[in-house]
Amino acid sequence: MNFMASKQPENFLLGPESDSQRTLYPYVTGTSVVALKYKDGILMAADMGGSYGSTLRYKNVERMKPIGKHSLLGASGEISDFQEILRYLDDLILYDNMWDDGNSLGPKEVHNYLTRLMYNRRNKFNPLWNSLVLGGVKKGEKYLGTVSMIGVNFEDNHVATGFGNHLARPILRQEWHENLSFEDGVKLLEKCMRVLLYRDRSAINKLQIAKITEEGVTISQPYSLKTYWEFSAFANPAQGAVGTW
Amino acid sequence: MSKSVIEMPPKGGFSFDLCKRNEMLAKKGVSPPSFRKTGTTIVGLIFQDGVILGADTRATEGPIVCDKNCEKIHYMAPNIYCCGAGTAADTEAVTDMVSSQLQLHRYHTGRESRVVTALTLLKRHLFNYQGYVSAALVLGGVDVTGPHLHTIYPHGSTDTLPFATMGSGSLAAMAVFESKYKEGLTRDEGIKLVTEAICSGIFNDLGSGSNVDICVITKGGKEYLRNHLQPNPRTYTSSKGYSFPKKTEVLLTKITPLKEKVEIIEGGDAMEE
Repeated sequence: MNFMASKQPENFLLGPESDSQRTLYPYVTGTSVVALKYKDGILMAADMGGSYGSTLRYKNVERMKPIGKHSLLGASGEISDFQEILRYLDDLILYDNMWDDGNSLGPKEVHNYLTRLMYNRRNKFNPLWNSLVLGGVKKGEKYLGTVSMIGVNFEDNHVATGFGNHLARPILRQEWHENLSFEDGVKLLEKCMRVLLYRDRSAINKLQIAKITEEGVTISQPYSLKTYWEFSAFANPAQGAVGTW
Repeated sequence: MSKSVIEMPPKGGFSFDLCKRNEMLAKKGVSPPSFRKTGTTIVGLIFQDGVILGADTRATEGPIVCDKNCEKIHYMAPNIYCCGAGTAADTEAVTDMVSSQLQLHRYHTGRESRVVTALTLLKRHLFNYQGYVSAALVLGGVDVTGPHLHTIYPHGSTDTLPFATMGSGSLAAMAVFESKYKEGLTRDEGIKLVTEAICSGIFNDLGSGSNVDICVITKGGKEYLRNHLQPNPRTYTSSKGYSFPKKTEVLLTKITPLKEKVEIIEGGDAMEE
């Protein structure tokens, strides 16, 4: 009786052909990015995996890139959309340089640009499927912000995307403090990335850590974390009763 | 002789006869009542001499906190305790039921209960109901074979682990465990780590909150530390204290003990055939 009537198209506002032009789901995705402010600037970490659904398709994806002189952008989510954002930012920096007036876009300005970009795309129901982390130092002032695919943006002393929100931010909330040294900052980031490696199925053990200070951006060579699997309860879980699991 | 048709109750599991009707009602906008969940952080870990279980104390009904200080660590046996996450009624009922079954089993065998017994009873029941009994449990205890810690999922699968977390705050608590757990922790280190993990859940997860409950089980016995830590006290309390208007005056107090009506006769004749 009512079965026919309920077959209304859900997106009647958008028309029948518009589906092929909008991003509906992500295909090649990167997992979490974690970043924190330390004494001299910002430290950011991301692994180098690009997953195609449940397959680990690409293992050499650089998900952090320097932007201009003062900023560093890390992204999780759809990789092709990240590359598109990099092109937009290239144009932005180019136009800024062409003014040749001695001023350059700082991290706050780039963050604002990205927020507007993401929010406007979201309003057209065609989002760039990314969660971005933008960090930088300009004139001694450290800045660390994040923008999500629907345009939610904020800045904080430590940010994370994706699974990092659930696994890394509790650790950072407890253990972050002002004026971390470089070594302490790296140790804290590695702690977070190790937990993500254990508990996020799309994480891989090949990560880069990037540092941005007043002097500029340095992105480390890829390396892997040490993991520990020797707990005795893992070795023989059926200890108490033979035949159980 | 009754003329009624013999209506056999279903042998086990739930009856899904009303599902179609519920679907139709939902489409018309009549939503089912929200049930009380313990959106939760529960943890367990094995230390040197036994097992430590921890839980937060918030119970939620949808977006509302309905109980600020509920008990999520349930008694199973003198040497076995179980934390429960998921639907509050399901965790209470299932742990109560298995606790009684364990008691009867203890009378029957004359021995202390084993953790794997509780584990098997729980997982058989939950699997039978195919995940509809929404109880996610962390079961821990010490028996003759040593300390054991298990997690049980609503569909009936189990894991044996050195440290475990369940509930909505499980990721926040697991982050703490994965970064700080080592083997051979002492009792105080273990309690500190469990408290840290539960606090991580309380402060970073919206479904968990209020206080921290701890239960330490060793070969010697158990220690149930209810409200071991209260990191969320009332923010503003009146410094003058609270005064209430004058009560009814007491004029006379007289207590009359009731006499026992039943008289117990020792011995007596054996029952006749």
